[in-house]
Amino acid sequence: MTTAQDANVFEPTVYRVASIVREFEDVVTLTLHPEGVQRPAFTPGQFNMLYTFGVGEAAISICGEDEDQRGFVHTVRQVGAVSQALASVSEGDAIGLRGPFGKGWPLSEAERGDIVFVAGGLGLAPLRPAIEHVLRHRSRYRRVTLLFGTRNPRTILYAKDIERWRRQADINGVVTVDHADAGWRGSVGAVPALIAGAPFDPRSTVAMVCGPEVMMRFTVASLLDAGLPAERIHLSMERNMKCAIGLCGRCQYGHDFICKDGPVMRYDRLANRFSVREI
Amino acid sequence: MTAGQSGMARCINLAALQVLIQLLAGDGYAVIGPIRRDDAIVYDRIAGITDLPAGWTDDQGPGHYALVRRGDDALFGYAVGPDAWKRFLHPPVETLWRAQREGDTFTLAAPRAPAPRYAFLGVRACDLRAIAIQDRVFCQGAYTDRSYADRRRNAFIVAVHCGGVGGNCFCASMGCGPRVDAGFDLALTELVDPAPHRFLIEVGSEAGAAMLARLDSEEATSSDLDLAESVFKRAASQMGRHINTRGLKELLQTQPHHPRWDEVAARCMACGNCTMACPTCFCTTIEDHGSIDESSAERVRTWDSCFTLDFSFIHGGSVRQSASSRYRQWLTHKLAHWIDQFGVAGCVGCGRCITWCPVGIDLTEEVAALRMATDPGSTVSHEHP
Ligand SMILES: Cc1cc2nc3c(=O)[nH]c(=O)nc-3n(C[C@H](O)[C@H](O)[C@H](O)COP(=O)(O)OP(=O)(O)OC[C@H]3O[C@@H](n4cnc5c(N)ncnc54)[C@H](O)[C@@H]3O)c2cc1C
Ligand code: SF4
Ligand code: SF4
Ligand code: FES
Repeated sequence: MTTAQDANVFEPTVYRVASIVREFEDVVTLTLHPEGVQRPAFTPGQFNMLYTFGVGEAAISICGEDEDQRGFVHTVRQVGAVSQALASVSEGDAIGLRGPFGKGWPLSEAERGDIVFVAGGLGLAPLRPAIEHVLRHRSRYRRVTLLFGTRNPRTILYAKDIERWRRQADINGVVTVDHADAGWRGSVGAVPALIAGAPFDPRSTVAMVCGPEVMMRFTVASLLDAGLPAERIHLSMERNMKCAIGLCGRCQYGHDFICKDGPVMRYDRLANRFSVREI
Repeated sequence: MTAGQSGMARCINLAALQVLIQLLAGDGYAVIGPIRRDDAIVYDRIAGITDLPAGWTDDQGPGHYALVRRGDDALFGYAVGPDAWKRFLHPPVETLWRAQREGDTFTLAAPRAPAPRYAFLGVRACDLRAIAIQDRVFCQGAYTDRSYADRRRNAFIVAVHCGGVGGNCFCASMGCGPRVDAGFDLALTELVDPAPHRFLIEVGSEAGAAMLARLDSEEATSSDLDLAESVFKRAASQMGRHINTRGLKELLQTQPHHPRWDEVAARCMACGNCTMACPTCFCTTIEDHGSIDESSAERVRTWDSCFTLDFSFIHGGSVRQSASSRYRQWLTHKLAHWIDQFGVAGCVGCGRCITWCPVGIDLTEEVAALRMATDPGSTVSHEHP
């Protein structure tokens, strides 16, 4: 077990909003810089608890760091009070941050083999630093595929990054949309349908998946059909979180606490509950 | 150390018990013990032995609790009331920090009031184990809950062996009682009959030994020890309920579709009383508040229950919508997942959840029913949609 953390683990540290990118109508990406302290290291797949003064806290995946590694980058979708407040910050605003928390993607385990990243919607956020890691260490990996499903062509998250990954890193990136518009020439349909045609050798592939639970269910089924063993499929799970440190009990998923035993979890370890409803 | 070790066990009388309470108070402890209030025996501040519920006991059954007179003046002649000691160590409402806006930033000022120093008088074996279990939750994981740890470190515990047990007790099934074994500073066995009214007293820590040295005590006689032994035997033979724990973890973890979950959900009101009364349930929610002028904010932690819809709320709706899924979460967590998470079951057999359930749902009965009805279709499915 890791050594006990002694600081008051409920106290956020002040970070400044350094820049804001509006990705589309209800989604923003924030770069956050710590004030007077060094930003802690993180593993791709981990998350932070972001706090807006007097409003509350939400678990938000770390989707990257800035060039000089000074800060954290987070992408937030407005769905309720806290995310709304986070989406409405201005440059220079002070917000609170606790983290990083949780277990990340198995990037060293995946070395010397193929990788399939599968993302649905905002599920691309926690995969982005994993993809950037692969980009920095491209020679350690063989074929790399990103299958990304989103609602429509106007909600393609990190579109420029996806282009760059394709160009610079020989990443086979396929974007599929639920609803095409007139100008869309790409794929239409659900993301699991793309798995059968993706270039990977199931005997030496690691899959990393994040998206809504239903999407992950179908994705897992397709990956297993394609011959990938359950222990090389990794999912990033979501449950209600209040503390992020295993003390509030809210994120329980069977015997696991998603905040500390996840959010990235190996499929074979949760296969017995994955199809159980309301667990 | 047990009462049977000759030479170790000593006896104190009622006057010395009074002195014990006063010495603890004099040492700066807030002394908490059983008192009779609102027709129940609850834990609160006590000043002396006259505050204790002399001559009262509790009659307990599923959804039933009533105080009745005993035939004697026993001070600890009841089982357990609605309160657990977690009310003090893990308080129902706790401010974690306060913050002030300052210019374009904010600063935190944790409530730096020193942690209270509690002395608990009358901790039962089941509740002692429950405290040990919450220690595992709050102090022995990757992150330590500092405020709990501070209160816990400060606490002085006077345990009391159970003389008569309650109708809903099954601590013996859970391996938690009725005899106190570890985790106390001092432990008492109340000897009422034959007179004089006295207590066998055992030492469980250095602090306990130091305290005993300040009390008038005499060496326990062999008849004191025999009497204590018969008290233990009587308690063990009176267990109102029983759970067969063999293979229970595996059973619960592989039966998520058992029809009994729906059957119990038809009776369960999902009120969460069981989780509030339970001495081991630790779940909380966190609320952040801001002042109207936005100049200050605070974070408050309050007890929460897996029976609320809010507990499992994620964008799009609660994960556990049905009462059956919430009861399943509760029972499976207590008796199965807890073992994976913390190395012990999350139930100590105190029976509070049975007593304080408004419709008298009895987990021992539910477990028996889950065991009996085998449901061929309901071992965990490995198929995929
Ligand atoms: C590991 C992890 C990573 C995540 N990463 C991201 C990310 O990168 N980007 C992102 O945008 N989101 C992410 N999320 C999701 C994000 O944490 C939630 O969407 C966020 O908590 C929403 O907070 P909110 O207050 O805006 O929304 P709400 O959904 O309104 O509020 C959430 C909280 O308020 C309470 N609540 C609100 N409404 C109700 C109601 N009707 N009934 C009962 N209770 C209610 C619940 O207790 C809940 O805890 C992640 C979640 C997890 C667990
Ligand atoms: S589950 Fe019931 S019997 Fe077990 S410790 Fe909790 S309240 Fe007591
Ligand atoms: S039974 Fe429910 S309230 Fe109690 S600890 Fe488990 S999840 Fe929390
Ligand atoms: S979020 Fe509190 S235990 Fe996981």
